[in-house]
Amino acid sequence: MSVRETVESPRAADSVASGAFEMVVGLEVHVQLLTRTKAFCRCATDFGAPPNTNVCPVCLGLPGALPVLNEHVVDLALRAAIALDCEIHPVSIFARKNYFYPDLPKGYQISQYDRPLATAGRLTTDATGETAASTVRITRVHIEEDAGKSVHDRFAGVSAIDLNRAGVPLIEIVSEPDIRSAAAAGAYLRALKQLLEYLEVSDVNMEEGSLRVDANVSARPVGASTLGTKTELKNLNSFSAVERALDAEFARQCALLGAGQRVMQQTLLWDAGSAAVRPARSKEESHDYRYFPDPDLPPLLVDRARIKRVRNDLPELPAARKARYRETFGLGAYDADVLTAERSLGSYFEEVARAHRDSKTAANWVMGEVRAALNARRLEIDRFPVRPADVAELLDLVASGTLSGTAAKRVFALMAETGDRASQIAAREGLAQVRDDAALREWIEQVIAEHEPEATRCARGERKLLGVLVGFVMKKSKGRADPKRVNQLLAERLGV
Amino acid sequence: MSISLDEVRHIAALARLGISDERAQLAAEELTSILAHMQVLTRVDDERAAGSDTDGKTGMTLRPDLGPPIPLLRAPAFFAPEMREGFFLVPRLATHEDPEPSP
Amino acid sequence: MTETGFGSHSPEGTVAEIRASVTAGRRSPRDIVDHSFARAAQVRAGADGLNAILWSDIAVAHNEAAALEPRLNGPDAPLLAGVPIVVKDNIATVGSPTTCGSRILAGYHSPFEATAVSRLRDAGAIAVGKTNLDEFAMGSSTEFSAFGRTKHPLDPRLVPGGSSGGSAAAVAAGITPAALGSETGGSVRQPAAFCGIVGVKPTYGRVSRYGLVAFASSLDQIGVFGAHVDDAAAVLQAIAGRDGLDATSSDAPVPDYGEYPPTLRGLVIGKPREYFPHQLDPRIADLCERALDRCRELGAAVREVSLPHTELAIPVYYIVAPAEASSNLARFDGVRYGLRVTDHGLRGMYEATRSSGFGPEVTRRILLGTYVLSAGYYDAYYAKAMRARTLIATDFDEVFRSGVDVLFTPTTPTTAFAAGSRTDPYQMYLSDIFTVTANLAGIPALSLPIGRIDGLPVGGQLLAPHFAEQRLLGVARLLEHSLGAEAHR
Repeated sequence: MSVRETVESPRAADSVASGAFEMVVGLEVHVQLLTRTKAFCRCATDFGAPPNTNVCPVCLGLPGALPVLNEHVVDLALRAAIALDCEIHPVSIFARKNYFYPDLPKGYQISQYDRPLATAGRLTTDATGETAASTVRITRVHIEEDAGKSVHDRFAGVSAIDLNRAGVPLIEIVSEPDIRSAAAAGAYLRALKQLLEYLEVSDVNMEEGSLRVDANVSARPVGASTLGTKTELKNLNSFSAVERALDAEFARQCALLGAGQRVMQQTLLWDAGSAAVRPARSKEESHDYRYFPDPDLPPLLVDRARIKRVRNDLPELPAARKARYRETFGLGAYDADVLTAERSLGSYFEEVARAHRDSKTAANWVMGEVRAALNARRLEIDRFPVRPADVAELLDLVASGTLSGTAAKRVFALMAETGDRASQIAAREGLAQVRDDAALREWIEQVIAEHEPEATRCARGERKLLGVLVGFVMKKSKGRADPKRVNQLLAERLGV
Repeated sequence: MSISLDEVRHIAALARLGISDERAQLAAEELTSILAHMQVLTRVDDERAAGSDTDGKTGMTLRPDLGPPIPLLRAPAFFAPEMREGFFLVPRLATHEDPEPSP
Repeated sequence: MTETGFGSHSPEGTVAEIRASVTAGRRSPRDIVDHSFARAAQVRAGADGLNAILWSDIAVAHNEAAALEPRLNGPDAPLLAGVPIVVKDNIATVGSPTTCGSRILAGYHSPFEATAVSRLRDAGAIAVGKTNLDEFAMGSSTEFSAFGRTKHPLDPRLVPGGSSGGSAAAVAAGITPAALGSETGGSVRQPAAFCGIVGVKPTYGRVSRYGLVAFASSLDQIGVFGAHVDDAAAVLQAIAGRDGLDATSSDAPVPDYGEYPPTLRGLVIGKPREYFPHQLDPRIADLCERALDRCRELGAAVREVSLPHTELAIPVYYIVAPAEASSNLARFDGVRYGLRVTDHGLRGMYEATRSSGFGPEVTRRILLGTYVLSAGYYDAYYAKAMRARTLIATDFDEVFRSGVDVLFTPTTPTTAFAAGSRTDPYQMYLSDIFTVTANLAGIPALSLPIGRIDGLPVGGQLLAPHFAEQRLLGVARLLEHSLGAEAHR
């Protein structure tokens, strides 16, 4: 059977005003928890180990092996649930979700089903340029285990199974269908990612799969209160893919509804290449997961003492940090937003600011040069060779006049490349600022000789040419000349 | 109530049991007969039996987030039906076969 | 027939006697192993005879015996020093196969060992063989093994009971004084009754299930066979207690199972009327009455009691157990271990592997279990059965709260039946009618020989509250002494 079949999508789409319909979206987010060992066995959760090396009788599903829940999984899930304002249930139950798939070793996934850890929470997103501030209700937060990986393109004709990931702990965060636009979905996801990162619950890295998003989307006439038939979108590999897929699917549904047809409830895969959705499975495949409570795992009891301990240990959350940056560091709203978007970037900034003292300059450098370097190198800040103390040292050199702003940028580029310290690079590259009048005068004389007409016009009173001449001197000095002093000396020399 | 041949085929498919039509027919009769004995359960008073599933039960003991892993005295290659370069191999899934060329 | 075997009344036959002679240096562990293998050969325990033992290797057993020697010095020697034991083949062992009596695991060697087996070794026992069973422990006769049926040691035309029939037959034939079996609905007590030995099902959670290949996880428990109560008690002592690898294992303290009172004075024995229906074989009822008289003579009071939801037990059991089994057996898919039969694509491989790997009874139960969990039927069957299960457990709680210390019942409604005689699945299921309740309620239970009918053993069953194994074994021991040779007449 070919999987390239397409979903119904009437050509008459253009004639239908999608403005007559409203988008209704709920999101299901799977988050890999940051534990040392797996959810139900003591295997390491390291990413990138050789295939089937982080495995044991339990996660291989060997006959006779039994699961035992990792306490840290409970605490991390609670951390997320508490930060999402959920109601925590004192008793929750692990169930078995039964289905056959080669990367599911036991033939069932252990997952909380009708008695989840937490329900009825909410997440508030701030207003952005495109979206107003809003609150999305959280249906539930529950714990489950991950499956292994099926690799279909490694060997011809066969699929290859790696069970290193099998049994890695996940939480699933399910939202109510409170989201009304693709942009709002993006805002929700960014806020959720930011929160989880702050909580140190997960790496929240979509590329490595530690954060995965499925979207349920339906369309209904504007003003209607009942929900339309939804489809489930999968294979959403980035937040922008989520937004594009939602817009595309909403347009498809509007076209169907506008043409008097029905939306069929189904699972669809987003194909980023063709910017279209296609059905996920053959239609005859019926799904009946036969959930029942896992008899290997007694009920999970969460007492008040545990909730209290987790609550007391919660790290500073984004809103609190934003307020603190404005107060303590005197930053504006925009800078505080940018620097708190990711917890690690903010922590980096704080270290620079504390060491260098001029927090405004520190903020500008971290938001500008540091972020640009990270983006250019596609690096996580934790792996960036230039540490906050190194940036602070560089800024100190600028503040003391040892380096010009231009030179500092070059030094920073070399720091990012080599990991060497600013003072070492400045000395090695001869980039320290030249403030020796004799040397400066020599460059000035050369520039006057080479640019006789401009020098003459300037001396006669065209003062704006002074800046141009200073520029020539700077260029001749390869940026090392102290521009203020050059300005003074040049003005003296030309008598202006 | 009786279990139809189609229902047997459906549950056999869910359980990934390949069974012949003859076996399916026999299974339909056997299951119908066995389940007839279960009718006594309809007399169970749900009110009396409800609400006791977790009350007073002890919860599960949790383990610390620590290794070492439970050792495997033989590596997967010793018991796996087919392995290559450390991967378990299975026939390619139908949904991952190369797309058929368009006619 | 146990004159020259272990567990006989000859010297050095019981667990305690073997330990004493080995630690005193009168016999070496190697001698004990040789004796066990000689007895197995004499009774033809292998495939050409009883077919009780699926695997044994004298060289492996000699190695284990040799490794044990240095730990046998004096009074600090472990509890089971030198004691040969056989292990049901659904319990994971290393150095020997673990097949569950199934074609789907033929030749499979587990890369890890069950906690109970490790504890036996720590206690000085020597595993000398793996025993036959109904495939994945699903059966009551040991006829449903992929490796052929086990025969009753007293009459090869009869079944030894099941599913732990191989372990029961091995102990009854005097090959070892004790054995490990497993219980889900009576798989230790019923064959113990049929074979005329002692079988103990501990409280759910008393013995770690780690390494016991799951049939129905909420009911499964490793159980113990002994030629005598003391033999079973010593083995239970060695394997009981909390295990960090089994989340359902209990941390309740393990008392000394060797301690028991001199009489039954002050003890109240309940006789539940639902276990003595009017259609019960009167000869079995008479043997039960004789045993109860002995208890009275020992000072116990016998009180008739009622467990009103008993009639629900078999229906509940045959919903809950197959439901869990259908999920537990999903892992046998030909992907990572065991049998793989290739056919068209992945789906074909799954179906071909599982249909040729599982026998008819396992297939029947997977279908039944899948059905009762499937959409539209869950509430009518599984959810209903789980509620009814709590009623059965509550019956026991109420009786024990009312001042009853232990319950006494027949273990089975009949003696050992002829192989091939129970073709209707539900008739076979009724063999478990008196035993499944203890599994459903999670309470400990024990079967001991109380006499014979036409030369075939009859078992009496004792049931006690959760974690009251010490009491259970104490009552059984006094009754065993009181019955003496009558228990085998």
